[in-house]
Amino acid sequence: MRAYAAIFRVQFNNSIQYRAAALAGLSTQFAWGFMYILAFQAFYAVNPAAFPMTLEQTVSYIWIQQAFLALFAMWAYDYDIFDAIQSGHISYEMVRPVNLYNRWYTQTIANRIARVALRCAPILLVALVLPASMRLVLPSSAVQMGLFLLSMLMAACVAVGIVMLVYVSAFSSINAGGTRMIMASGGEFLTGGIIPIPFFPAGLRTVVELSPFGAMQNTPLLIFSGYLQGDALVRALAIQVFWLAALAVVGQFFMRRALRRVTVQGG
Amino acid sequence: MKLYFKYFSMHLRSQMQYKSQFFLSTLGQFLVAFGTFLGLQFLFDRFDNVGGFSYEEVLIGFAVMMMAFSTSELIGRGFDRFPLLLGNGGFDRVLVRPRNEIFQVLASQVEFTRLGRYVQAVAVLIFALPRSGIDWTWDKIAVLCLMILCGALVFFGLFMVYAAFTFFTVQGLEFMNILTDGTREHGRLPFGVYGDGILKFLTYVVPLALIQYYPLLYLVGRTDEVRFALAPLASLVFLLPCWAFFRFGLRHYKSTGS
Repeated sequence: MRAYAAIFRVQFNNSIQYRAAALAGLSTQFAWGFMYILAFQAFYAVNPAAFPMTLEQTVSYIWIQQAFLALFAMWAYDYDIFDAIQSGHISYEMVRPVNLYNRWYTQTIANRIARVALRCAPILLVALVLPASMRLVLPSSAVQMGLFLLSMLMAACVAVGIVMLVYVSAFSSINAGGTRMIMASGGEFLTGGIIPIPFFPAGLRTVVELSPFGAMQNTPLLIFSGYLQGDALVRALAIQVFWLAALAVVGQFFMRRALRRVTVQGG
Repeated sequence: MKLYFKYFSMHLRSQMQYKSQFFLSTLGQFLVAFGTFLGLQFLFDRFDNVGGFSYEEVLIGFAVMMMAFSTSELIGRGFDRFPLLLGNGGFDRVLVRPRNEIFQVLASQVEFTRLGRYVQAVAVLIFALPRSGIDWTWDKIAVLCLMILCGALVFFGLFMVYAAFTFFTVQGLEFMNILTDGTREHGRLPFGVYGDGILKFLTYVVPLALIQYYPLLYLVGRTDEVRFALAPLASLVFLLPCWAFFRFGLRHYKSTGS
């Protein structure tokens, strides 16, 4: 465990250096948040009754999504890992006395948390003081806030669980560019990155909510905005726990299999 | 021009060497655009219009933006890689060759996998054209072509500004993405929907509303005024400051020395 804590610390300190990139990311996320909110307001003006969530909930959903974007992103990968697989440096990794799956898992999580740590505070602060129609509304109770934080952590782990599968797939194809892109675009949509999952048609919505995609950003964002409550909330958390565990088991299995077969070309 | 086609076919042949990756990447590009389309589709399952535009009318604006962007990206991809070219000193070689610099930068990179987005745009346009309820007379077809063409040129100008900034910073600037990727993504809805502030900005500063919102009003018959139909032509003025800024940056160019 100490080894993983150390890996986490090193990676976190490494990623937190990129302050200029964080600043640029901030401005992009602000612009994105505003445009999404304006678009949803335009739809709301047409027919408020057809809105599956309240406008206030939608606005909170969008700001929290933008603030914690890097934590859930399906397009963010650790390129060092792909490089290691492609260049053969993987052989160095394999002689180290740590489980490679756990190591990469820790590294990826640390990266994501560092990126979010730099970006979330300014977005949240500004979103809290915006004019009422665009303001972020905090959860009404401490319990809700606590559940949100718990769910957010699990969502990040589920996302990393999927990302780990993409890393493992790179063992068999060397160049995972295409897989990465399909995962990034399909995943982005299915996790509710473009429109929130409650806006999906009923049938698809049920399927997605049971899939690992529904167990990512969807759950914490809906808990924060107060959309998920009571039994539905407990059920959503249970689905998260299930996928978290299932993805880790599957990932470990495929990783072991890939590592047994790995051939490093000399040179 | 002949030289450009030579470069063009050279890039095509080199990218076709890795066929499976080429098709997967193209498919990926297609899927990115498809997600945006699906998002619109789901929203319009619930709402029958936005800001007075029907689903089919919105789709025409969406397809125009995507076609303009992907045309521009296909040709102007070299600008995107410009920070790299400056950083590794490759630009010094460009300067000593007896050809226009902009031409050489453009010819240095053509990205064919971006065709995935193009295919998507064409498909959406073909879907929306007959269903939009617009009577496609010759003048309206001409306006549609004008929108795409001028739109591509405006995006081209934006790519040029992005490249010009790197003369001063060497690194690429992510905030420019708000204007390129951002307007493409949010251009799925007519810009008028986003309210007055955004519309003014996209009319007078970065004139993308001139190629999407105003001519769209003419196409769907909300206005008969010819000036709305010819708005895309006005957007071309934007290219002047872009070009001037690039020249200005070029004069200030100092090699990184590597």
